[in-house]
Amino acid sequence: MTLRCEPWARADKRADKESLFSPQVRAEIDQWIAKYPDEWKQSAVMAALRIVQDDNGGYLTEELMNKVADYLDMPPIAVYEVATFYSMYELSKVGTHKICVCTNVSCMICGSENIVDHLEKRLGIKLGQTTEDGKFTLKEVECLGACGGAPMFQIGRQYYENLTPELVDSILDSLEQDNGE
Amino acid sequence: MANEVCLRTLHLDRSWLLSTYESEGGYEALRKILKEKISQEDIIETVKTSGLRGRGGAGFPTGLKWSFINRSAAGDKYIVCNSDEGEPGTFKDRDILRYNPHALVEGMIIAGYATGSTAGYNYIRGEFWEPYERFEAALQEAREAGLLGENILGSGFSFDIHAHLGAGAYVCGEETALLESIEGKKGQPRFKPPFPAMFGLYGRPTIINNTESLASIPDIIRQGGEWFRDIGVENSGGSKLFSISGNINNPGVFEIPMGTPFSELLEMAGGMKDGYNLKAVIPGGSSSPVLPAEVMMDLTMDYDAIAKAGSMLGSGAVIVIDDRQCMVKLLDRISYFYYEESCGQCTPCREGTGWMHRVIHRIEQGQGRQEDMDLLNDVTKRIMGRTICALGDAAAMPVAAFIKHFREEFQYHIDHKQCMVGGR
Repeated sequence: MTLRCEPWARADKRADKESLFSPQVRAEIDQWIAKYPDEWKQSAVMAALRIVQDDNGGYLTEELMNKVADYLDMPPIAVYEVATFYSMYELSKVGTHKICVCTNVSCMICGSENIVDHLEKRLGIKLGQTTEDGKFTLKEVECLGACGGAPMFQIGRQYYENLTPELVDSILDSLEQDNGE
Repeated sequence: MANEVCLRTLHLDRSWLLSTYESEGGYEALRKILKEKISQEDIIETVKTSGLRGRGGAGFPTGLKWSFINRSAAGDKYIVCNSDEGEPGTFKDRDILRYNPHALVEGMIIAGYATGSTAGYNYIRGEFWEPYERFEAALQEAREAGLLGENILGSGFSFDIHAHLGAGAYVCGEETALLESIEGKKGQPRFKPPFPAMFGLYGRPTIINNTESLASIPDIIRQGGEWFRDIGVENSGGSKLFSISGNINNPGVFEIPMGTPFSELLEMAGGMKDGYNLKAVIPGGSSSPVLPAEVMMDLTMDYDAIAKAGSMLGSGAVIVIDDRQCMVKLLDRISYFYYEESCGQCTPCREGTGWMHRVIHRIEQGQGRQEDMDLLNDVTKRIMGRTICALGDAAAMPVAAFIKHFREEFQYHIDHKQCMVGGR
């Protein structure tokens, strides 16, 4: 009932794993593989997808998912299942900065609608869209577990809490100056 | 008393470091167990005595859960910590991970010892990068101090812990979906039985506990089961972390004794913000049935009191709703959440969450029909108890409770095509 996916017989692909990713990406994925039992490399698929997504500017492609499958000896379909199930994986191009705004109940009570309005006006896009210059993507997300700091959003790995339109402006100003670094 | 267990180090500078934790009695429990070779049975007995119940929301007695595993079974056995904190309104485990991760590390090692486990995994939700880094740093410190890994403190007992990061899926907070996720699959709950204690991670015996439950263990061992139990009230041992949010002056996490009156908790949280009055409270995370202000103000925060009032203590996530909020609109958002997060495995949940959301949304939009509330009640009954995991119930319970307690607001929306609260 919960047996792992049997490795797919793709001996040709398996022989040259080193060519799949850069040494840094491989080293990172290997660190995760080492956490799990030897026969459960598949457990590292979530981490591997995150690592290659970050390395690819924030989104996954079919080619990258296939490479992850080869690297972890998984059938590609098993990798697609994971990539499409979890909300943090992006399957199409996103902006340099992905703004994940929580609109769930605690944030809503504390005025997340105003924050969304402000973001939409300032960036000239709606939720789910990316600015023309490719700098910002606006994404509505479910509760991020920071309701004490509502309203809040996440950009990259960073949480920003107790948001006001002024604070949003200063955060976006500094990101714009960053130029995506 | 407050912050006596999981948040014990909170008042200290750099509360997350090993040295800080040890200055507050940290790792004394583990040292004592290994030095005095305290038996597994005795540890489990102490946890049973403490009255500790699962802090993730289900409230299952932790000691009893530990006793289900066959400790002498050959091969690997696992302790899995559930830090996939995602129930809207809940933000307590994030603080344990950020501010006192060693309490969790020590708790997991003790749990590993008591259940004869060989390794532990902590499943942290993917968005929690800062908490994840704190936890990893704590593991590193513990390994370097000989408290974790091979032959801990020279005792012959070996146990290692790894962090696993999720990637955004509420349903992975369900314990068997979480196991599937660690195995590198989409997080769809397993049918039970077999229960994880028999067939868990990688098909091996596994115990899954919430972050707060495990972080409570060291002090229960150090200060005794009775000590912990007596902090709380009957059937609700110990203290508990309450995450309180909404239009209040000082939202946050408060670790206070079980049985504390809600009115005191609200006061600790600074009370209602200027000009707002208390209208209702969701006492245990968005899936727990909402209660009107007048009911809530007479309640104490413990399992029995909240259950008697028709709701659940759940994860201790208290969402305070003020009188400027439209209950239809709130339910619209809550129902969207469950529709969005249903894993799609069971038909009543996959289809039912969508139906409920669409009907509530049309009421909110002023297009409701007279029969809609009865329709909603009917749909909730066809979801509850008919799905593999509790997500179906979690989606249906708030719908039933919002309509029960605030029927007139829904009726007003249907009759007048607008809201009775505010300007919509």
